[in-house]
Amino acid sequence: MKKKIQFFLPDLENQIELPYISSGIKAGFPSPAADFDESKISLDNVLVKNKEATFYAKASGNSMIGAGIDNGDILVIDRSLEPQNNKIAICYLDGEFTVKRIKIEGDNVFLMPENKNYKPIQIAEENDLIIWGIVTYVIKKV
Amino acid sequence: MYALVDCNNFYASCERVFQPQYVGKPVVILSNNDGCIISRSYEAKDLGIQMGAPEFKVRNELREKNVKVFSSNYALYGDLSNRVMKILEGFTPNIEVYSIDESFMNFDGMNIEDYHKYGIQIKTRVNKWLSIPVCIGFAPTKALSKVANKIAKKYQERTQGIYVIDTEEKRIKALRWTKIEDVWGIGFRLTKKMQARNILTAYDFTLPHNESYIKKEMGVVGLRLKYELEGKSVLLLEDAPAQKKQIAITRSFEGTISTFDEMKERVSTFATVCAEKLRKQNSCCHSVILYLRIDKHKVERSRYNFYKLETIPFASNSSITISNLAVKLLKDLFQEGEIYKKAGIIVSDIIPENQKQLHLFEEENPKHQALMKVIDDFHRKTGERKIRLGNQDLQQTWKMRQKHLSKKYTTDFKDILEVKC
Repeated sequence: MKKKIQFFLPDLENQIELPYISSGIKAGFPSPAADFDESKISLDNVLVKNKEATFYAKASGNSMIGAGIDNGDILVIDRSLEPQNNKIAICYLDGEFTVKRIKIEGDNVFLMPENKNYKPIQIAEENDLIIWGIVTYVIKKV
Repeated sequence: MYALVDCNNFYASCERVFQPQYVGKPVVILSNNDGCIISRSYEAKDLGIQMGAPEFKVRNELREKNVKVFSSNYALYGDLSNRVMKILEGFTPNIEVYSIDESFMNFDGMNIEDYHKYGIQIKTRVNKWLSIPVCIGFAPTKALSKVANKIAKKYQERTQGIYVIDTEEKRIKALRWTKIEDVWGIGFRLTKKMQARNILTAYDFTLPHNESYIKKEMGVVGLRLKYELEGKSVLLLEDAPAQKKQIAITRSFEGTISTFDEMKERVSTFATVCAEKLRKQNSCCHSVILYLRIDKHKVERSRYNFYKLETIPFASNSSITISNLAVKLLKDLFQEGEIYKKAGIIVSDIIPENQKQLHLFEEENPKHQALMKVIDDFHRKTGERKIRLGNQDLQQTWKMRQKHLSKKYTTDFKDILEVKC
C-alpha cells in the first residue's frame, strides 16, 4: 500500500459570489422562475453608457420645453460624445452653463432654444463657448 | 514600457471642471480648515504665491492679485480622481494608483508602435471626458517614467505634455537635466548629503564611482533606484495599496480648550469618526492613541505634545469601545488648567475585520456590531452624522473652516450642476 493521504487547502482568497436563490432549494421540480432570478432592472445601466464620463445636472428655465426639458428636470450628460448637429448639449457660454440644441450650418454655429419666446443664439467670434457635454436623457418627475 | 500619468495642478483643475470661468485664471486651494495653500494653478505660481503659505498671511495678497481661493473639496477631488484612474484602465489593465493625482501604467505585452501618439490619445481622452489636463512620461522603468513626466510637464508646449525616453541618448540627456533633489525617493536630507558628495544630478547618481557610497547611504533601495535610472526595470507595479495601517483624526481648535468636559466631547467625536472609517474599510484596530497639544502661543512649557497609547485586548471598530477608550486615555493625559490647542485620536494595529481573533476571556458585546451597522446605514441614507454617543454634543459639528467650499457636484444629488435653459 503506497497510498498517502493528500490534504487540500481550501482557497479562501478568491471569493466567488453566487446568486442567492430566494425560493430556497428543495428536491423536486425547481421553480421555473429561478433561472431568471439574477436579472434586475437597473436604471444606471440604461441611462449611463459611460460611467466615467457621465455627469448629472438640473435644468432651470423654460427655453427647452419643446425638447421635453422642463424646469427642474434632471439631465444625464455624457461628456465622451462628440458634439454634432442637432444634439442637445450643455454649453458653457460667456460665463454661464446653458442647455441648448446645437445647429451647425456651414461655418455658423447656433444654440437653438425650443420655445418660441426665446431667440436662437448665433455664436460669434467674441463669444466664449465650450461644448461641455451632450445630454442623453432627461429625467422628470410627473 | 512604463508610464507615469500626473494630473496638472489637480485640485485647481477639479474646481475648474464645474467653474470654467477660472480656466486661465489664478486659483489656489487651501488645506483642511482653510489653513494654508496646498495647490496652485500655473497662473497663481506665476504670481509668486508660495506653496504652503498660511492663508491669514497671504489673504490680502490673494485679494489684491485677484486670486480665486477654494477650500479643499475632497469629495469632488476623490470622485474625479477615481474617474481619471478608471479612464487610464481603459488603456491598460496594469495600473498602479500612486496618489490622488498620479498613476503608473505598464504596457508590457502590448503592441504599441508610437508611444507619443498613444500618450496623446490618453491625454486627449482624460481632457475631453473630465477636463482634467495631464502630463505623461513614458520610459522603460518606473523611476525613469517619473523623470520623463517631469520633462513633459516642464516643456509642455514643446512636448504636448508627453515625453518618451526610448533611446540611450534621451535617457542620458534626461538624467543630466534632472537635479538630484527631483529624483524619485531622494528627499531633503539625502539631497544635502548627495550634494556634499558632488552628486548633483540623476546622472551623477548613476556613475560607477558613486555606487559604493549609495549602497552605504541608502542600502538596497538606493541600488534599486540606480538600476531603474540606468534603464533596468526592478520596481514593478504594486497592487492596490493595503488597508491603511493607521487612521488619524486630529484637529486644531478654533479657540482653545481648557475644560475636561469640552475636551471629552471633542475626543469622543474624533474616536467615533475613526471607528466609522475603520468600519468603512472593513477593518478593526488593536490600539488607540490620544494626542494633545498645548497652545504654544499662550503658555510656555517644556513640552507641548502629549501622547498616550492603550491597547484593546480584542480588535474593535465599535464607536462605543473606541470612544470609551479615548475618554479613559484623556482622564490620564488631561491636565486641569492647561490650555490646549489641538487634539487627535489615532487608531493603529489595524487588521481586516475577517481576521479578527476571537478572544477567550474578553470580548466586545456582540450587540455593538449590530448597532454600528444600524448607525452606519442611517448615516449613509441621511448623509449626516446625526446619531451620536452620549459623550458627544449634538450641537457641536465639525466646525471645519471651509469658507470657500465649492459644491459636491458629483457625489451629492443636492449639489449637481445647475444649467440655465
